[in-house]
Amino acid sequence: MKYLRKNDCIMLGFAIILFAVLQGLITGRVLSSFWQLNLLIVGINIIMAVSLNLINGYTGQFSLGHAGFMAVGAYVGIVLTTNFHMPFAVALLAGGVAAGFLGFLIGIPTLRLRGDYLAIATLGLGEIIRVVIMNIDYVGGAAGFKGIPHHTNFAWVFFLMLFALFFIKNFVNSNHGRACLAIRENEIAAESMGVNTTKFKVMAFTIGAAFAGVAGGLFAHCFYLVSPNSFTFMQSFNYLIMVVMGGLGSITGSIAGAFVVTFISAALASWPEFRMIIYALALILLMFYRPQGLFGYMEVTNMGILRKIFRKGGRN
Amino acid sequence: MNFSKKSLKLMSVLAGTMLMGSVFAGCGDEGNADEIKIGANFERTGNVANYGQATLDGFNLAIKEINEAGGINGKKLKVVEADNKSEASEAVNAATKLISDDKVKVIVGPAVTANVIAESQVATDNKIPVIAPDATSPDVTVENGKVKPFIFRSCFIDPQQGSVMAKFAVNDLKAKTAVIYVDNSSDYSKSLGKVFKEKFEAAGGKVLMEEAFLAKDQDFKAALTKLKTANADVVFVPAYYEEVGKIVKQARELGFTQAFLGTDGWDDSKVADIAGADALNKTYFSTHYSDKDTEVKGFIDAFTKEYGHAPNVFAALGYDAGKMLADAIKRAGSDDPEKIREALEQTKDLKVGTGTITMDKNHNPIKQAVILENKNGDRVMVAKIMPDAE
Amino acid sequence: MEFTHQVLQQLVNGISLGSIYALIALGYTMIYGIIKLINFAHGDIYMVGAYIGFYAITQAKLSIVPALLLSFVVTGILGMVVEKLAYKPLRHAPRISVLITAIGVSFFLEYTSMYFVSPTPRTFPAMFGDVAINIGGIVINGQQMLILGITAILMVILTYVVHRTKTGKAMRAASFDTETAQLMGIDSDRIISITFGIGSSLAAVAGVLVGVYYNSIDPLMGIMPGLKAFVAAVLGGIGILPGAVVGGLILGIVEAFVSGFVSSTFRDAAAFAILILVLLFKPTGIFGKNTKEKV
Repeated sequence: MKYLRKNDCIMLGFAIILFAVLQGLITGRVLSSFWQLNLLIVGINIIMAVSLNLINGYTGQFSLGHAGFMAVGAYVGIVLTTNFHMPFAVALLAGGVAAGFLGFLIGIPTLRLRGDYLAIATLGLGEIIRVVIMNIDYVGGAAGFKGIPHHTNFAWVFFLMLFALFFIKNFVNSNHGRACLAIRENEIAAESMGVNTTKFKVMAFTIGAAFAGVAGGLFAHCFYLVSPNSFTFMQSFNYLIMVVMGGLGSITGSIAGAFVVTFISAALASWPEFRMIIYALALILLMFYRPQGLFGYMEVTNMGILRKIFRKGGRN
Repeated sequence: MNFSKKSLKLMSVLAGTMLMGSVFAGCGDEGNADEIKIGANFERTGNVANYGQATLDGFNLAIKEINEAGGINGKKLKVVEADNKSEASEAVNAATKLISDDKVKVIVGPAVTANVIAESQVATDNKIPVIAPDATSPDVTVENGKVKPFIFRSCFIDPQQGSVMAKFAVNDLKAKTAVIYVDNSSDYSKSLGKVFKEKFEAAGGKVLMEEAFLAKDQDFKAALTKLKTANADVVFVPAYYEEVGKIVKQARELGFTQAFLGTDGWDDSKVADIAGADALNKTYFSTHYSDKDTEVKGFIDAFTKEYGHAPNVFAALGYDAGKMLADAIKRAGSDDPEKIREALEQTKDLKVGTGTITMDKNHNPIKQAVILENKNGDRVMVAKIMPDAE
Repeated sequence: MEFTHQVLQQLVNGISLGSIYALIALGYTMIYGIIKLINFAHGDIYMVGAYIGFYAITQAKLSIVPALLLSFVVTGILGMVVEKLAYKPLRHAPRISVLITAIGVSFFLEYTSMYFVSPTPRTFPAMFGDVAINIGGIVINGQQMLILGITAILMVILTYVVHRTKTGKAMRAASFDTETAQLMGIDSDRIISITFGIGSSLAAVAGVLVGVYYNSIDPLMGIMPGLKAFVAAVLGGIGILPGAVVGGLILGIVEAFVSGFVSSTFRDAAAFAILILVLLFKPTGIFGKNTKEKV
């Protein structure tokens, strides 16, 4: 354990240096406002990807409704800041709690489902959340909620991202996390070893949803207007792509996946005709050459350790 | 300690990517002195790509004509395109890119109201004027009773169209009752539905039922069956052509004999192709011009020549935006965004593709509207409404 | 009387809407059945089928039946090519990677089509006269009857093929255990390829018929019907042919009744809610067998 803590400290040190460098680039106006905005989006996408990875990658529960939880966090957050003039931190927290609570409520019945049945059920839940928001006139319905104050800045995104990364890393490495991994590898075997599978599945789902809610709050306060259009199932696919591209069950992978997807999208914005075609080809080719994702199960921080653990753990 | 080396490596890769990003950003070319850069932020992918594309086609035609005629004050106009994936946050992203990296002087687009509203904040912060070609919601240019200084549009607004159609229903069609069928995923449609209801009831009519569908729906029979039970005098469907064609067709099949009323979203020959001429009889819609108008013939011919099909309303409004912009740059005498903004405000009696426009104090063009009736496959103008000074 | 009339009319509306979902779901469920892949590109294959039919009718001036056959064949080949190029190399990769590839293929088909045919919708010329039959005030459309009929016939043919022919036997064997089937002398790759071909051809039939019925097609027309068809397939028990049809019809009827008697704005939410409710009680769909997983 000592080893890991030392490791954490080193990572934290690097993170702070990285933050200082990037913040310096922003304050010094070296980065144009376009890349500044994309830096925020990368950070938010990392939170989304890593929290989805907890559900999909570590616990092995195939969820396709992540954008729905993001929407819950976003809308709770903007109502609190815009209509009730609450501080940003409260709004983010409330958004996270609301999304997590919803994840908990939804998780209990649906997580009994397996594989593709769970996938379509969660996709459906995401869509139900969106349709419900679309029908609430109080939050602007389909037209979107406008006049949102611009609270999200690089510091908020970076440190919440860091928190999410460390939280999920530590969760995965804890007893609870091990139980989740056991469920992924073989649910029946895990159950017979005394793992309360429902409890840990719901726990992972709730934590994942809560972080998605926080990410939603950050996302909403980046833009002047938020509409239900931003949380379609296509968006959930996008987060899934980030996770799989990076490697299911790798936090480093989720970071890389979020990075790659966001920057491909930003870099291709000027070629509208080919944007999606190139993106599609990139996806297909990547899956050909690295079907296990960029990082597979590996982590940058402790590749040695994880490699030992998973040398025998087959790919599913 | 090999792990820290590895993490160092990753971090340096990440940092390198970021730096590259900033280098790209830094060397965004400053443009040469002979051209004026204009951003075109449109829906090119995603679910409303067809509207974004049509508007851009019209806009590009206008720019092409201007450049072929020698440009403005000796300078050519250069359009820098960006895609917003039909989504508000991406619209902000694309606008930010156009402003900060491409250094455009003015932005045209997006097509959809929500995307324009999202973009308006970035544009205002950076003092870059925006012309929204098709965004008809009043909120686009006015917020909390105050005009947004940098946001303009080149089309009329929902209240104008909604009230025109409500008055037409009451006065000309002698309608006492109506049902409204709106596109729940479009604020254009919802806001028109609201205005129509207000004005129609103020004029003594009664709205019996309101139903909604979603863009890209194919089958409308369930809701139509329900609407039919109201047996109202008119059916108001403020929506876009693709769905409208199907709605009218399926409604007639279910035995609707009432008049259908619509708005400028109907203005596309596809409505007739989809619904068929017979089903379209007894339908009326408001729009910007009649294609029989000699004034707009030039535009229609030029567009058809360029793209091989007749323009729809989006293309026409995109074209108008291009003409309006060119006129403003010309009068500004420079490519300074602030000067262009001032010139846009002073737009007066400008001849554009679809008529003549004058900018009012809320940055909405004062523009004629016409009501067309579909009659045996033809469109007949039944009324021409000059804007009143209210 | 008025109410009964409403209910009956909505039932007709629902069945006709559902028959389209069912038609697309048939192909979906076949493909899922054999390689357990949620083929998200299925809706886009349906779109390509519609466009091929459209160009066959408007450019090559074919009449409806040859156009339908042409689309059937070309789209079937397209399905096989997609399988060979995109999915076959990933036969032993994690299933989720194949799923991401399917999403990639879906984007690729959508936006390559959009590049070539532009995002503007196209209108199908009217192929049949509009025959609306009015029975005691309840309107039934002739073309819808046709679609329902074709769906039923295809379901029967497919069920026959799958259960009674040698190829069908091979399909079931490959679906049960690809490797063992291979050991028994079944060319699994060929069987999978054929299944993709048939599934895609079915989507093409749906595409052309829907194009003719609703008169308009566009490059993104496959997304929602594709998703709904998948819901229908899951509702009925994915991999089961009659399940797909029943699931499609249930979905259509639920949507019609929610639109007609509750509110049309909650139609899609209700469709998904029904799906989730059914899954909670029957976790593998209505006709799904609840196989116990072995340790």
